[in-house]
Amino acid sequence: MIKFSKQQLKIPQMSKPVYLVTGGMSKFDRAIPEKRTEELVIDAFLEAAEFIKKSPEELKKYIHSCYYGHFADHFGDQLLGEAVIHDRLGLDPLGNVGIKTGGATGGSTIWEAYKAVASGYSDTALAMGWERMDEVPTDEGNHYIASAADKDWETPMGHIYTGYYAVMAQKYWQVFGKEEESFRRTLAEIAVKNKGYARMNPHAQSPMKITVEDVLNSPIVAHPLRALDCCLMSVGASCVILADEKTAYEMTDNPLLLYTSAGSHTLRVADRRDMAIPLLPNESPDQYKDLGVRFPGGDRYPGFTGFLAARMAAYYAYGMAGIVDPTEDLDLVELHDAFTISDIQTYEDIGIRPYGEGRTYVESGDCYHTNPFTGQPGKLPANLSGGLIGCMHAVGATGIMQVIEVAQHIWGRWSEMHADEAKWKRFNRVKPDDWTDLQVKGAKRGMAISHAGVGSHVTATVLVHPDHQLKGRG
Amino acid sequence: MTTQNRGTVKVENGRYRVTGNFHYAYPNEPIRDESGKLLGITNPADMTHIHAYGGEAPFFENLSNAKLLGTKCANPKCETYGSVYIPYRIHCPDCLMRNEEVDLTELARKGASVHTFMITERTGAFNTLEKPIRFVNVEFEGVSTILMGYLSIGEPKIGMKVVPIFQTKNPTFTIMDLSWVPAGTSAADLPEGFAF
Ligand SMILES: [Zn+2]
Repeated sequence: MIKFSKQQLKIPQMSKPVYLVTGGMSKFDRAIPEKRTEELVIDAFLEAAEFIKKSPEELKKYIHSCYYGHFADHFGDQLLGEAVIHDRLGLDPLGNVGIKTGGATGGSTIWEAYKAVASGYSDTALAMGWERMDEVPTDEGNHYIASAADKDWETPMGHIYTGYYAVMAQKYWQVFGKEEESFRRTLAEIAVKNKGYARMNPHAQSPMKITVEDVLNSPIVAHPLRALDCCLMSVGASCVILADEKTAYEMTDNPLLLYTSAGSHTLRVADRRDMAIPLLPNESPDQYKDLGVRFPGGDRYPGFTGFLAARMAAYYAYGMAGIVDPTEDLDLVELHDAFTISDIQTYEDIGIRPYGEGRTYVESGDCYHTNPFTGQPGKLPANLSGGLIGCMHAVGATGIMQVIEVAQHIWGRWSEMHADEAKWKRFNRVKPDDWTDLQVKGAKRGMAISHAGVGSHVTATVLVHPDHQLKGRG
Repeated sequence: MTTQNRGTVKVENGRYRVTGNFHYAYPNEPIRDESGKLLGITNPADMTHIHAYGGEAPFFENLSNAKLLGTKCANPKCETYGSVYIPYRIHCPDCLMRNEEVDLTELARKGASVHTFMITERTGAFNTLEKPIRFVNVEFEGVSTILMGYLSIGEPKIGMKVVPIFQTKNPTFTIMDLSWVPAGTSAADLPEGFAF
């Protein structure tokens, strides 16, 4: 049983506010044989510089320390790869450090850069993430990813990470999904949505115009998950520049306030002991009393159905930014849709919906850019980038890509960054004839969740337009 | 290129003594596109690692003796005194005192059931299990944790009673020496090398 002390539940108090100044990303794809990793990293950096009309030299002059997210050394077969990237970016002799927290690596990289700026160590910091998952065949890639599970207790069983998560999917499917065909279709809707949004994103690796039936007929991975329910394996890079207030306004006239928090839970799901549900600001102590009655088998928390790490990250971030109800207080989110079903689990962990009711976020149409039932703007659009299912999962870059995508909406520059014919051409991709502008009109606040595997690490990054801060922030 | 005389390791006077080969070198091969342009090279690697089980060694040793060992916090001052763990935890996660070993074999034979499971045809490189794989996450009465394993016989279901089986003949001294079968399975049906 985890019992929290008062100290552990403290809402983080930063010494000074931190701003997101700019961000950029490379093309993402399953394999990019013609480029070295450092070329992709430079592509991302150049886009970030160009976004605020600075030359790379001008932007580099502001940077004081560097945070590099790259999860799997095994894939690139280069230890201290961060030092290679740092040199190729011409940022020596500034201090730099590598960060690796599995699927949450991108978010954790921002977390580190955030603290560097908030503490006053650096006025400006670079958070850059990348992954190179094309340097081994897929089955060896699966073995490497499975090495991020416990090597003695889990990896020898199948060497397949998907399997270690799929047992959670199975439990959620039976307990909260009640094995209903309607729930299975709701899962498929998430894949249809995210693959579809990816069609509007020139960076995206897997744009697809598909139907629920296509998802339900795709090859089975592990019941109830099918191939189109699962995230991609990708190559690519993304970066953001964070700065304190004074420096941020020197670099751009429109920086965004940024708050990042982190939570964790055991690497092996096996070790998760039963505990009381920690509550978010929009929940009451009574509301989960009958959870096990409404959903038989759902009384063990977090069991195999919830991600405590996500809940903790949300708890801290909401306190820091003053969020009470994420659906009301935020205008869009980018979630870690590693699998359609883990996406639903996350809606509950971060309080978009109460535990047991995650599916209604999709079924109400709230998660869409345009609610398909009303034709009105979705209440809280999710994963307009295409997410991990449609855009990419270049692990170290993923959490950073999500933050950039959210920011571009708040900046009102999403269309500019996604419609550009030259970019589509540069990436050797065809812009669809029915390309649609997904800009969330009037977006002021958004959040990105970065998440590792079965939930060992999760970060929450909240972006707020400085003119639209919430009351009650920490 | 030979891969004969693969390395083995002994410990003498607290030091690793290695004999045989721990790696084999193979030549790189060029990677080219359709036009013959050089894009990269292959980097073959064949190495053996040396891995210490440390305080968990009794668990892996005893699987081959048909024993399932867990541990228990034995510190009366601990908030979670008496909590029982499998996977075997060397130290209590709360007080960090060294846990006491407990034999969970009988408990597992009587009171183990499937908390959740999954079936997959997909595996990664180096997999040794027959496909499809059936993972089962097994819960025990009075134990704080839920152990991951694989089912060797039958189809898994949540709530199904299962019993452990152990690879007592030619054990691997890994977690693969432990598997699960439905309660009531007859000894004659067990996979080669496994016993109750
Ligand atoms: Zn203890």
